[in-house]
Amino acid sequence: MNRVLANKKLIFIFIFPAFLFFSLVVIVPILYTGYLSTLEWNGYSDSIFIGFRNYVEMFSDFPKGFTKGIINSGILAFLSIFVQVPLALILALVISKGIKGEGVFRTSYFIPVIISTTVIGQLWLKIYQPNYGMLNYMLEAIGLSELKRPWLASTETALACTFFVIVWQYIGYHMLLLYSAIKSIPKSLFEAAKVDGARNAQIARFITIPLIKPMIKVCATFALIGSLKTFDLIYVLTKGGPIHATEVPTTIMYRVLITENNYGLGSAMAIFIILECLIFTVFIQKAFKTENYTY
Amino acid sequence: MGSNKNNRIFKIFQYTVLILIACVQIYPLIWLLTFSLKSNQEIFGANPMALPEKYMFSNYSKILFEGNLIRYFFNSTFVTFVSIAISTLLSAMAAYAIARMRWKWKDNMLTLFLIGLMIPMQATLLPLFLFLRKTGAYNTYFALILPYVGFAIPMAIYIFVGFLKSIPQEMEESAFIDGANLFQIFGRIMLPLIKPAMATVAIFTYLACWNELMFAITFISKEEFKTLTVGIMGMVGMYATRWGELGAGLVVATMPTIIIYVLMSKQVEKSFTTGAVKG
Repeated sequence: MNRVLANKKLIFIFIFPAFLFFSLVVIVPILYTGYLSTLEWNGYSDSIFIGFRNYVEMFSDFPKGFTKGIINSGILAFLSIFVQVPLALILALVISKGIKGEGVFRTSYFIPVIISTTVIGQLWLKIYQPNYGMLNYMLEAIGLSELKRPWLASTETALACTFFVIVWQYIGYHMLLLYSAIKSIPKSLFEAAKVDGARNAQIARFITIPLIKPMIKVCATFALIGSLKTFDLIYVLTKGGPIHATEVPTTIMYRVLITENNYGLGSAMAIFIILECLIFTVFIQKAFKTENYTY
Repeated sequence: MGSNKNNRIFKIFQYTVLILIACVQIYPLIWLLTFSLKSNQEIFGANPMALPEKYMFSNYSKILFEGNLIRYFFNSTFVTFVSIAISTLLSAMAAYAIARMRWKWKDNMLTLFLIGLMIPMQATLLPLFLFLRKTGAYNTYFALILPYVGFAIPMAIYIFVGFLKSIPQEMEESAFIDGANLFQIFGRIMLPLIKPAMATVAIFTYLACWNELMFAITFISKEEFKTLTVGIMGMVGMYATRWGELGAGLVVATMPTIIIYVLMSKQVEKSFTTGAVKG
């Protein structure tokens, strides 16, 4: 058996097809993007090698708004980690205690996670619509009509409105991850704490949260990387507007590549986004030193 | 006594907040359903939060039979299922080689695949676009199946490797002694054993492919190959002032996912948590 499992030809047959697809779609394109990022090229005329000039232009050419995009994705990441994840944690702590309707709450919080971002974007466009949308109507109905505004068309509210949709869509995901981590803690630990007279808040602070720290780290990583990669929702809701108010690096990159055919500059932006994701992942792994517990 | 009363007030408060959040999560979807059944006059004239006065099922028949929605629906289904089939089989094989077979580079190979989990899809957009245009595969089903399989593989391998490592070796050993070759062992023993992991991978891949927008909108411009997400983005312009019909289209595009979730919510939730175990 060992001889068969070490047979080079068989290993190759098993690993190669997956590796081929993965290389064609991920590895080779990234290397090629790296190469393109050093060119000035529109896809038709001859390309000119310009070294790192695209990387300089990316940050100096403010009208394209790349710097603004990075700041916005930073804001989204910050809010996701420090607002969305804590909210999800509170929900998970509350519903995992075995309250009535636990399953119903879990399901209703989770449902938006599985729905297409395109559908969600269209739905929220209708909710935020200034004249016939649900939000302005509700504000008027409860006597707050002075708050009515064109939510997505105003530079002051567009980013906050986008963030709200992100929280709405993904809070159930973080909640589910934290909930399942809490559920995998042996019940005896909670019972022992109760016998010792601990209150719910103390149990959460001294037992549950320390034990699910690895999952909190996973959620923080997902929230961060998700914010750096956000594209679909913003593309559907605002396309980065109004006046770059909701721009993120990926929406600018998409426009530079596909609409403006500026292949070199767009590729430099792509490489920047990859590096950002890798660096922040490593950073967050280091920042949250955690131990894994086995029960 | 006092603490009991406080306790009850706290409980009421807690349930109120939980129910309120549940309404915020679910009500927009119910609202979508109600406006998909309304006429234009009602949407733009009356209370947007009321139930439809007259249920306009004609919104659904119009969107289904006058546009290309059925075509988009078929395309999404086809692309999604072919991607699931290919990525599941290839990943299971690769995971078997990584988890069970003996060779020097298998840990490096696994790391390479896992790095793929962190790569933003957008960064591969242009090279794939150029490749598809050069090979003439632009505007075909293959233009979507290729990237969907490629990006499904890392997560699938991660899930399969974890699962395969938990299967004891005895079953394979006895099959070897009975003279089975590696393909028979993989196909008749391993694949049936990893069925639960396959369900997880399939659900993950389904959601990713069914909902994908960027590749679909960039690699497909011909009406006959458009998937639901692209089709809906196209419909938006056409039905800009006909919310009822657009709403019906959005509901139709979402139905399969909701049905799958209702039928297998445990498995769906499990697949999300399995995908995150290590992070």
